[in-house]
Amino acid sequence: MAQFNLPKNSQITEGKTWPRPQGANNLQEFRIYRWNPDDGKNPRVDVYQVDRDDCGPMVLDALLWIKSKVDSTLVFRRSCREGICGSCAMNIEGQNALACTMGIDECQEHAKGKKTGAVRIYPLPHMPVLKDLVPDLTNFFAQHASIEPWLQTETPAPEGEWKQTPEDRAQLDGLYECILCACCTTSCPSYWWNGDRFLGPAALLQAYRWLIDSRDENTGERLDALHDPFRLYRCHTIMNCANTCPKSLNPAKAIAEIKKMMIAREV
Amino acid sequence: MAPTVRPTVAQPLSPHLQIYRWTWTMAMSVFHRITGTALYGGSALVAIWLVALASGPGAYGTVSWFFGSIVGRLVLFVYTWILMHHMLGGLRHFIWDLGYGFDRAQRMGLARATLIGSVILTVLIWALALTLR
Repeated sequence: MAQFNLPKNSQITEGKTWPRPQGANNLQEFRIYRWNPDDGKNPRVDVYQVDRDDCGPMVLDALLWIKSKVDSTLVFRRSCREGICGSCAMNIEGQNALACTMGIDECQEHAKGKKTGAVRIYPLPHMPVLKDLVPDLTNFFAQHASIEPWLQTETPAPEGEWKQTPEDRAQLDGLYECILCACCTTSCPSYWWNGDRFLGPAALLQAYRWLIDSRDENTGERLDALHDPFRLYRCHTIMNCANTCPKSLNPAKAIAEIKKMMIAREV
Repeated sequence: MAPTVRPTVAQPLSPHLQIYRWTWTMAMSVFHRITGTALYGGSALVAIWLVALASGPGAYGTVSWFFGSIVGRLVLFVYTWILMHHMLGGLRHFIWDLGYGFDRAQRMGLARATLIGSVILTVLIWALALTLR
């Protein structure tokens, strides 16, 4: 049975309100999840004021502004700052997104109508936290490895590259763009309750990427490995994955296509 | 890549239901589960009615009286809605299992249609039942 409440050590307490920047007149409030493994306390939510006139347009800009000007202890992952590395995935205003491609104004639209008008930022949902906004993605990457994400062939390798027609190549569009940021997988309630056995949308989209590849010759074994009440069939088409994907991919559709392949090979 | 060094203290679980913004598809998925569970109770209502029917005029009279009362009708009205909602939810899943209706507008439209359609069907059924009897 799924546990809907947070365990005792995970319940969030009130945090620190950091001082306003001096002389700023375009402030934006941020409420950010903090947890420090070294102080033995529960997670808390700290309140920061960011000077929009001194800060770039994206949520990542605000986080970096806070880290360099207010609180250097704030911890988060980031690298490319252009939506291709997938490092800065986090929960922003209730939806998973990349901080680098999510505009502060865009969040503001969601925050409107709430009393504070603050932008609330949490780590990716239902994950063990390493520190602040950094989740432990070990299981996520292990699940990706479990679908064997590489070309598998029986026929001897050709002298040049493995060729495929433009039409066959087009089958991979909407799949190969996945950057494994884990936004989709950690948005999925089914993954929240059964993440130990359900592979989750990202790993399944990757699985379909190899199933549908005309050059791959291991389709049968790949389907066998997925034929399991949990690994594949815990997908209940809740669609949070497709709603949240920062690359606008559709893992739900990829999973549906795998389910169709399962049936097609049995008739 | 260096292996992840885990803290020695128990890692907290990041918040999930508490913070995630609800969407139509997410809500209708939950509704489908709840209505599916509630249908067990609905099937019991049908079974009670059938058993009473087989038991004779006395038992049937009692059950008919209850189902005809205000409370009984209210129960049946809610049961009708639950049944319609679950049926339309099933059709929605059927469409998705066929591989259709996955675009943003389509999936949100299908989710909304489940709720709106179930209310319309329930009202129609009761309007018919009350006018034709």
